[in-house]
Amino acid sequence: MTRMLGSDAILRSLEAEGVEVMFGIPGGAILPTYDAIARGTTVRHVLARHEQGAGHMAQGYARASGRVGVAIATSGPGATNLVTPIADAWMDSTPLVCITGQVYSRLIGTDAFQEIDITGITLPCVKHSWLVQDVREIPAVMKAAFHVARTGRPGPVLVDIAKDAQEAELDFHYPDEVDLPGWKPPTKVHERQVREAARAIADARQPIVYAGGGVLNGDACAELLELIESANLPSVVTLMGKSAIPDSHPLNCGMPGMHGSKFANFALNKSDLIIAVGSRFDDRVTGKVSAFAPGAKVIHFDIDAAEVGKIRSADIPVVGPLKLALTQLTSELKTMLAEKPMQTAAWHAQLDEWRGQYPYKYRKGTPGSLIKPQLVMETLRDITAGRNDVIWTTGVGQHQMWAMQYLQCDEPRSFITSGGLGTMGFGVPAAVGAKAARPDATVICVDGDGCFQMTCQELATAALERLPIVVVIVNNGWLGMVRQWQDLFYSERFAETHLTKQVPDYAQLAEALGAAGFTVDHEDDLESTLRAALEAGRTAVVDVRTDPEENCYPMIPAGAAAVDIIEMPDEEEVPS
Amino acid sequence: MSHHTVSVELENKPGALVRISQLFARRGYNIQSLAVGPTERPGISRLTLRVDCSEHTIEQIEKQMHKLVNVLRVVELLPDESVERELALITVGAPPDRRAELIALGDVFGARVADIGREALTFEIVGRPEELDAFEELVRPHGVRELARTGRIGLRRPGPRQSRAQAALT
Repeated sequence: MTRMLGSDAILRSLEAEGVEVMFGIPGGAILPTYDAIARGTTVRHVLARHEQGAGHMAQGYARASGRVGVAIATSGPGATNLVTPIADAWMDSTPLVCITGQVYSRLIGTDAFQEIDITGITLPCVKHSWLVQDVREIPAVMKAAFHVARTGRPGPVLVDIAKDAQEAELDFHYPDEVDLPGWKPPTKVHERQVREAARAIADARQPIVYAGGGVLNGDACAELLELIESANLPSVVTLMGKSAIPDSHPLNCGMPGMHGSKFANFALNKSDLIIAVGSRFDDRVTGKVSAFAPGAKVIHFDIDAAEVGKIRSADIPVVGPLKLALTQLTSELKTMLAEKPMQTAAWHAQLDEWRGQYPYKYRKGTPGSLIKPQLVMETLRDITAGRNDVIWTTGVGQHQMWAMQYLQCDEPRSFITSGGLGTMGFGVPAAVGAKAARPDATVICVDGDGCFQMTCQELATAALERLPIVVVIVNNGWLGMVRQWQDLFYSERFAETHLTKQVPDYAQLAEALGAAGFTVDHEDDLESTLRAALEAGRTAVVDVRTDPEENCYPMIPAGAAAVDIIEMPDEEEVPS
Repeated sequence: MSHHTVSVELENKPGALVRISQLFARRGYNIQSLAVGPTERPGISRLTLRVDCSEHTIEQIEKQMHKLVNVLRVVELLPDESVERELALITVGAPPDRRAELIALGDVFGARVADIGREALTFEIVGRPEELDAFEELVRPHGVRELARTGRIGLRRPGPRQSRAQAALT
């Protein structure tokens, strides 16, 4: 029991949780806590340039490390700027503790300066939140916040702390246990359900694993690999699941869904058994639900019971931690298969045929033509081949889908993207956070020009905090994915999607923010410039000017079925 | 679509109720009635919710509510395994020459006269929500001036299943 200020108690709590870094910006209502930072703490503070950046950095940190990310901001606008990262973390199940200052208790409810009901605003997108007005609550609330953020299905929590609670004194003791009688995430799995799942897999003729982000969150990558290898099970991997099993693995059939390959979509849709593992039948994967995988039985493994049966009913639901569930499943399955091997040879032959038939493809550029964005991805893939120290982050849009299609990720947690919320501007700050988590890694943000302009101020953070990242802008001068929808579904009426490639001058902007800037206009300079940026030894931005008319294929239109997949049109159909 | 009554035990903490109503609003579930009050345990409230939805939706509602940190228990109250009651106050137009008739009607339903004025009287009636509906229908021709209902509250029967004798009691 030590007598201290509430502000110091916040930091002692973070230290007790083993937090190594927090991302934030000070302001009026959180100033006492920043004063405590000045008094000393083992927690590194990374000063962001915008609270949204701080939040995405905490997300990037969490996604790269598997630990809880911490963001800190002041009341009012500081707190509202955190809403987008909180919502993003909610959709993508990223463990986050967001600490916000709140105005003095006596001012709450009076519309005081920078007062906003942030617990109210964030209610639909947090696992839980606390408004602390009594200094004595700080240790227990902090303990509970970290516990709720990381246990069960991970996600964001918010701790809003009134300024007077930060300024008051308490006898500090960090509790060993949490007192949350209503919080009981599953810790076990139902053995009979696992056995039934194993039997269904053993009997299946056309099984497919459908692995999602839950595999990474549940730290179950090795267990999943063991399962698919021991039963020779093919697997599709969602955008959020990318890197859970190696992209180079022969059983990895790639990503299904709107911009996934025809191969992966066929593998999922024509299967007779879907083994969903930490995936949630998102509309970007299923398209029209009633037409999705009509002949398949479903086994659904998830830590969150509410995901099982939400979109597609599960024939065999298995709720619980994936690591445990998959370990039990593999062991059951091995016993069964020892007696009677699986009859999946025809299915594997079919998959091989599709794999050969339906690769991702694009029309290569001709000498002097604009750089194809897919070539940027292929070049990045090739110059990083064989390296296990690369972490990719992306923004949202065409470049994100091309990154997903072409980049090879063989190490868990090496692909960090905004999936559920689809937050443009996620890439740069997420890269800064990933670098803070893994200083040894080479962190490359593949970004779009539209995304980059939303959060590029965080380059200053990267430069000054010595968290060097490399940003590769696929600069087509347009809000490319929106343009693509206008092109395909709005009769080529390109309303308000043109940004221009020249303004801003990205290389100059990078230099102004303390980074190295490069510009590439020609295919011939692409590889050498990318290599130069990777070897710059500091934060670098490569502005790659690409063909604006390139669309991302294949594409299943929203609400359509996999059979309605649009492939790259023939040459003559390409709009000029 | 069918009717469902859900009983929720929750910690009596600031914002606990709003988290539940927010969940319903956000996921597009429509609450028909909601009643909340203390339970036998200090610090724990019981919430009785009436929802019109499909079986699939009620399952989702229960699962989503289970994830709320302040929610301790969620059970669906099935009609033959639970007791449900509601209180209504109904002010009905009652000129002196109609009073006796109305009071007699109330007697049949066990409705008590809570207040009486020159041209109106207020009934209080406690019963199964369906009984309240029936009473409301019957007094409607007399002119209902104001009506307030608490929304149903319910408990599971202490026994595992309802016997015929219990059914007769309700």
